[in-house]
Amino acid sequence: MTLLPLSVRDLTVSLDGRPVLRGVDLDVAAGEFVALLGSNGSGKSTLVRAAVGLTPIDAGRVELFGTALDRFRDRQRLGYVPQRTRAVAGVPATVREVVMSGRLARRRFAGWRTKADLVAVDAAIDRVGLSDRTRSSVSEMSGGQQQRALIARALASEAELLIMDEPTAGVDHDNQETLSELLGSLVHDGTSVLLVAHELGPLRPLIDRAVVLADGAVVHDGPCDDILDAQHVHVHRHDGSPDQPDGFSGNPMKV
Amino acid sequence: MIELLGYDFMRRALIAAVFTGLAAPAIGTFLVQRRLALLGDGLGHVALTGVALGLLTGVAPILTAVVVAGLGAVLIELLRMYGRTSADVALAMLFYGGIAGGVLLTNLADESANSLNSYLFGAITTVSDGDLVLVGALGVLVVVLSIGLSPQLFAVCQDEEHAKVSGVPVRLYSILIAVLAAVTITVAMRTVGLLLVSALMVVPVAASQQVTRSFRATHLAAMVVGLFAAVGGLVTSYEIETQPGPTIVLIALVIFGVASLVGAAARRRRPRRHPVDSA
Repeated sequence: MTLLPLSVRDLTVSLDGRPVLRGVDLDVAAGEFVALLGSNGSGKSTLVRAAVGLTPIDAGRVELFGTALDRFRDRQRLGYVPQRTRAVAGVPATVREVVMSGRLARRRFAGWRTKADLVAVDAAIDRVGLSDRTRSSVSEMSGGQQQRALIARALASEAELLIMDEPTAGVDHDNQETLSELLGSLVHDGTSVLLVAHELGPLRPLIDRAVVLADGAVVHDGPCDDILDAQHVHVHRHDGSPDQPDGFSGNPMKV
Repeated sequence: MIELLGYDFMRRALIAAVFTGLAAPAIGTFLVQRRLALLGDGLGHVALTGVALGLLTGVAPILTAVVVAGLGAVLIELLRMYGRTSADVALAMLFYGGIAGGVLLTNLADESANSLNSYLFGAITTVSDGDLVLVGALGVLVVVLSIGLSPQLFAVCQDEEHAKVSGVPVRLYSILIAVLAAVTITVAMRTVGLLLVSALMVVPVAASQQVTRSFRATHLAAMVVGLFAAVGGLVTSYEIETQPGPTIVLIALVIFGVASLVGAAARRRRPRRHPVDSA
């Protein structure tokens, strides 16, 4: 039996006494790109937060790579990109420093960075197209660039499963396309992705499966062609392997 | 200036100033990073109750202060993590409780609030050899842990949730930061006094971030500024006959002012290497 990167069974979560998730089942298989959709209040953010251990679970089970969440120790296999840009704190930090904190799953209690860490960090920064900003302070970058730095932070751990909470929120269309190229290349390399989104946009061709939540329960779990989406007239049928982006790591700036 | 090195009390005071000037910003950088700059003040007020407890029981006040401030640090972290009180209200409670408790206990010890003066404003020239050993040991502990655990503490203060998902023990390290702050406060108590100790934790950090871009540079520069302000302030106070505490803090503020001007000028002159882009 192959281990699923993520397996959620009968998940029930309430916040402040209010039920938010009611018996949700969700699987992400190796190499799959799953989109989690739903309107505000549907519980999609809560679902991913519960899956990574940020929100306590009332009932049900979360397993990462076959291990129960509370016993899961291989945190470097998981990459998490939070919803709002939390790149900026009270004192300055460079892109490299922020991305470096993505390597801590391997040295959780103590330990300074190694050469391997530096190599992985620079590769991740390169992957999101921020190489020329490695030593820049994150507070001096745009919202979209900060979001890319947070994605690089998740990539730096060389994660097999990426869980992303609305990475395209507040990002304009051109840059959503850039982001979708990046995500496409990741999936092509075999990374599993669970992505929370409000709408599909340029990500639609990449998605293997869409799970729609409404009022804390799953109302759809299948290919996204079945989803009516008034904003997109064309549905690009995709055979599963997007073109390797060639210009991506070179010049990320689209005006 | 060399003459002051001839005095025992001055030599001890200088050593205490060195440890304080390094330790306070070493841990203060993390407080500012997670926007808890006032925590130092809150714990300073709680330490006052600890001092008063020492006066009441006859135990060395610096020890009771460390214990009470340490407990206060744990309490406020637990409130912040699990309680429904907002951080600023919880901090305000500490402020009020600390001062009220401190004065009350002092009264119970048959002394007026004036006995707390040397703790409120510092009395670095009365540092004994025993005090110095304690100040040195605790100061070294704070600096070694702040630098040694820097990658993990950075992650916890930069983005606590992401650190938690990475498996970093965020609860433990949050409490550790608060406890190290409490320890630093009692170390700095003799130098700058409880009312101003937070200034030495925060102002050097504020000064260095006017000109730095990385966390590491900010952290190290803050310690240099703290050291310079502490030693410079002590020497200046000797020369112009003022109390060391406020002199040290004012020098730190002057450095902040200069750094702000330098930083602003440097930013205006920096050539625009990166065109404005949307993402």
